[in-house]
Amino acid sequence: MREITLHLLDIAQNSVSAAARNIEISVEEDLHTDRLKAVVQDDGRGMDEDLLERVVDPFVTSRTTRKVGLGIPLLKAAAEACNGGLWITSRPGQGTRLEVAFQRSHIDRMPLGDLAGTMLTLVVAYPHIHWTFQYRGDGAEFIFDDEPIKRELEDIPFTEPSILAFIRELLEEGIAGVQHAIALVEASPSPMPVVGAL
Amino acid sequence: MPAVKSLEELKRLKEEALEKRKAQATTGRAQITVGMGTCGIAAGARDTMKAILDVIEDARLSDIIVTQTGCIGLCEWEPIVEVVVGQTPKVIYGKVSPKIARQIMQEHVEGGKVLAEYLIPA
Repeated sequence: MREITLHLLDIAQNSVSAAARNIEISVEEDLHTDRLKAVVQDDGRGMDEDLLERVVDPFVTSRTTRKVGLGIPLLKAAAEACNGGLWITSRPGQGTRLEVAFQRSHIDRMPLGDLAGTMLTLVVAYPHIHWTFQYRGDGAEFIFDDEPIKRELEDIPFTEPSILAFIRELLEEGIAGVQHAIALVEASPSPMPVVGAL
Repeated sequence: MPAVKSLEELKRLKEEALEKRKAQATTGRAQITVGMGTCGIAAGARDTMKAILDVIEDARLSDIIVTQTGCIGLCEWEPIVEVVVGQTPKVIYGKVSPKIARQIMQEHVEGGKVLAEYLIPA
């Protein structure tokens, strides 16, 4: 997969499959530490240690009890190739937290991709789940929580055209705001010392 | 952080939607399911779903449910889109690009015509 957000979509699907009622996705771009970090946290059924091991590295153990996909191992390999990593903590009955981090400036780091579109498809497709999204970058922050919107809408679905437009614009504008703030910092002169100066 | 698109605006949109509902008294026109397992996502299912949502917005189609499902074991046919219009049987399309998704929305969901060329062969 060519975008970090496609992986996040894949991981969020796992959370949905694990019968989560609350799913939180957060993405943070920190220019000072040069990290790009994403976290998906759910309150689904969680995993025991055995399954957790197989989810991260499906090739080292025989898998007989259930199917384990390649999504997470591929993301872990991509993160590790960019001086980052992937960590999962999970407890049966309590939920799962997955964190992935990359060196933000690494040449091989895949692009973040369409964050707004990813969030929109999740919110629309799974209205019974309480979704929270956070996107942070150098002082700017966008938080989306679908709970107040649902409370207001009652039984009007998110697929009602005007509501869909409202949510799409809300996500797009919020994310663009953070990306604008990041771009401003990136455009300013680098405070980092020049390595190998003349 | 910019002030959220206001709750006032949302309230207004809700009232309008309620008015429209009363006027039309529609009942679940169509249900669309997009395969969104790892295989589907890798094949481009997110952009396929985005195209479906774009058509709903642009053509102002009400009473359409759009949902996602995991891998259904036909990975080579992803992105897969299932369409149920009204009481008609489920139709399963394969290799649905955003362009084909728009066509399905216009001709099948709106027009009621099944697009035979994109069906997954049984």
